[in-house]
Amino acid sequence: MILSFLEWLGSTSWSVALLESLYAWPLLESTHVLSLGLFVGTAVMNDLRLLGWTMRRVPVWEITGRLLPWTRLGFVVMVITGLLIFYSNPLRYYHNIFFRVKVGLLIVAGLNAFVFHRGVHRGVAEWGRAALPPRQARVAGAVSLVAWALIVVTGRMIAYNWFDCSIQPQADWVNWAAGCVTQP
Amino acid sequence: MLLWVFEWCDATALGAAVRNSLWLFPAIEAVHLLGLSLLGGALLVVDLRLLGVGLKRQTIAELAEQMRPWLLGALVVMGMTGLLLFLSEAIKCYYNDAFWMKITTLPVALLFSFTVRARVAGTGGLDASMRTRLVGAISIALWFIVAAAGRWIGFSG
Repeated sequence: MILSFLEWLGSTSWSVALLESLYAWPLLESTHVLSLGLFVGTAVMNDLRLLGWTMRRVPVWEITGRLLPWTRLGFVVMVITGLLIFYSNPLRYYHNIFFRVKVGLLIVAGLNAFVFHRGVHRGVAEWGRAALPPRQARVAGAVSLVAWALIVVTGRMIAYNWFDCSIQPQADWVNWAAGCVTQP
Repeated sequence: MLLWVFEWCDATALGAAVRNSLWLFPAIEAVHLLGLSLLGGALLVVDLRLLGVGLKRQTIAELAEQMRPWLLGALVVMGMTGLLLFLSEAIKCYYNDAFWMKITTLPVALLFSFTVRARVAGTGGLDASMRTRLVGAISIALWFIVAAAGRWIGFSG
């Protein structure tokens, strides 16, 4: 069912137009990549502060209150451009191993942020001035840092077709992980 | 005129090694992007502050000092990975307009960062002025051109 939906999605005229466009697709992709500087860049500085590696004299609530809105803005741009890129070629991304790993990592990063904000960040008024935040906050910062780094790397790798279903033969685990439909 | 320099770069063992490997170029590219992320953060924390938004309760000088090691680190990573990527396709770069855009804007951005911006940010207090706003805006604009032209190298030529 997912497959037929994605097949239909990829056959819509806007999707085809986007994929075949001379400038729209590169501009979209460039916006996605350049937003890394805003989104991952400011997120990294937030994480580094949680780890106590930079801006130790800046209260954590200042970072989460005044810098994180810029991170969110970057995130919105990332999601919109990312969804449009997916829309331009749904089936290819759906069967791309790196895309699948990236989506898994995005869920990890999202859950980590959720747990941080619902958990230890609620008491930021008490510990926000500490040069070295409490353990839970440091763990959240470390998980975020690693997750987003891996997301950047897997995101870049999506562009390569090494493990694409259309290139056979592939190892069994590749066909399994990519959900390829192969001849028996 | 400069073509022989690019041909020499293209022929280096390092360039050939990257070019002949299936995964080296993508791997170096990925690290280049991680460097871009860090560079963006280190620049924007200060540039946004120069513009009068972001971490407004900290002095500009304090933030600039805190971001300096990360900025330098990111530039080193970007420079090293960028050089390797360049060596692997130097001749292609010679005929690539986006490459020339990037390589001519980059020294301007670096020079601006370590002269005007370093001075203005290094002495900046709590208030943003017309001067700090202008410096922040120019910094963002210059680095935006470098990054956008850099991404475009892969699309053009």
